[in-house]
Amino acid sequence: MEQSFEPKIIGFLCNWCSYAGADLAGVSRLQYPPNIRIIRVMCSGRVDPSFVLKALKEGADGVLIAGCHPGDCHYESGNYKAMRRYLYLKKLLKEFGVEDERVRLEWISAAEGARFAQVVTEFTETIRRLGPSKFKEKAASVGKGA
Amino acid sequence: MAEKLKIASYWAADCGGCDVAILDTHEKFLDIVQAADIVFMPIAVDIKEKDVEAFPDGYIDVCFFHGAIRNSENEHMAKLLRRKSKVLVAFGSCAMMGGVPGLANFKDREGILSRVYFESPSTDNPDKVLPQTETQVREGVLTLPAFYEEVKTLADVVDVDYFMPGCPPASHQIVNVFQAIVAGNLPPKGSIVGASTKSVCEECSRIKENKTIKRFYRVHEIIPDPERCLLEQGIPCMGPATRGGCGAACPVANQPCRGCYGPLDGVIDHGAKYISALASVIDANNPEEAAKIFDQIADPAGMLYWFGLPASLLRRVRK
Ligand code: SF4
Ligand code: SF4
Ligand code: SF4
Repeated sequence: MEQSFEPKIIGFLCNWCSYAGADLAGVSRLQYPPNIRIIRVMCSGRVDPSFVLKALKEGADGVLIAGCHPGDCHYESGNYKAMRRYLYLKKLLKEFGVEDERVRLEWISAAEGARFAQVVTEFTETIRRLGPSKFKEKAASVGKGA
Repeated sequence: MAEKLKIASYWAADCGGCDVAILDTHEKFLDIVQAADIVFMPIAVDIKEKDVEAFPDGYIDVCFFHGAIRNSENEHMAKLLRRKSKVLVAFGSCAMMGGVPGLANFKDREGILSRVYFESPSTDNPDKVLPQTETQVREGVLTLPAFYEEVKTLADVVDVDYFMPGCPPASHQIVNVFQAIVAGNLPPKGSIVGASTKSVCEECSRIKENKTIKRFYRVHEIIPDPERCLLEQGIPCMGPATRGGCGAACPVANQPCRGCYGPLDGVIDHGAKYISALASVIDANNPEEAAKIFDQIADPAGMLYWFGLPASLLRRVRK
């Protein structure tokens, strides 16, 4: 069972830096595991903590949030906001018995294709080691009414 | 005059405060009983479960159901009252979102029973006796409700017509909703009643200056400036993420909003939304400093889900 586990990872990447970094990794034909599904957001500061919880609940084993390096945010301070939210979110996950390593925040610039590939490779390995998330819940058991 | 409305009010897993809030409508309560017969309300009227069972289905016009679902009896009564009522209102934070009893979802069933029956300092239980759902005695079988693994909301077990937030709902809102019912002026099924669509901050008269903070305080650690926004003084106030309708009752009384009216429309997780507000008010751009500021919040998860853990995305702890 453990052998066949393929982590499902959701990546929220900011439009200006990290998404461009992922693009560069693609056009440079860098190899990285195919486990990540990318969602492009305008800014890492747009990633509401509830998006992360929802992704985990609906089947993700890990969530990567990536934005511009400190000081480089297209909207000046969105990435700092993302960083502060992320710190609280990790605290919250721990209290609920969810491994906080399942959520990771990284700064990846548009020029860092190789870094993007490396982060995804590392993160996929982390999640593979943790195994499937227990936080997933079948939609039926959360549905309202009976 | 047309026939009087038949109303009921019932408590499941709760503190009884919602019933008291209905009685707290004071002289307006007399208007209520003038327009309606109370056919079931354990706090005020001596009518038993078997009497309710004898009602024809749909006999009760409106049932205000308060309290969360934490055991099999709560669920049984929810189903019974659903059958006997034309309109079922999830009344108060407990019924709507799990409420304060929902904080039990930070533990599991086993942990709670073990704490209560084996570990608490005042417990003397050398034989490790736990309550059983059935116990054979000479006279027959005694039964107790089954204690569930997790606390649920009313809508988790039955179909709910209206949701009325508050811990408890504000008296003026109870009167408003009651008048709307009497006038037959109810919104579409599934609506939230007795509340606003704007946040508590919109109802709060404190001055907001977009100030950021270097530390958080617990309420006993600071005497807040009575004019200025509490959050901007470092007191975690859930006003920005919370539905109004209470008239900002807590900030008016110098206390932070704890979120009893639940999330605003369109918000999928009340606590997660509030993290965004907290993150915005902190003045720290390096992770170490920001983490230190967050560490001053005493119970980070409990604060976010004080009134609605069972209705949140996280819902309960995972083993
Ligand atoms: S919502 Fe509040 S007042 Fe009403 S029963 Fe629950 S704890 Fe008590
Ligand atoms: S955060 Fe609290 S104190 Fe500040 S404006 Fe909103 S409700 Fe009022
Ligand atoms: S201020 Fe907040 S906690 Fe207080 S009554 Fe209003 S919604 Fe509830």
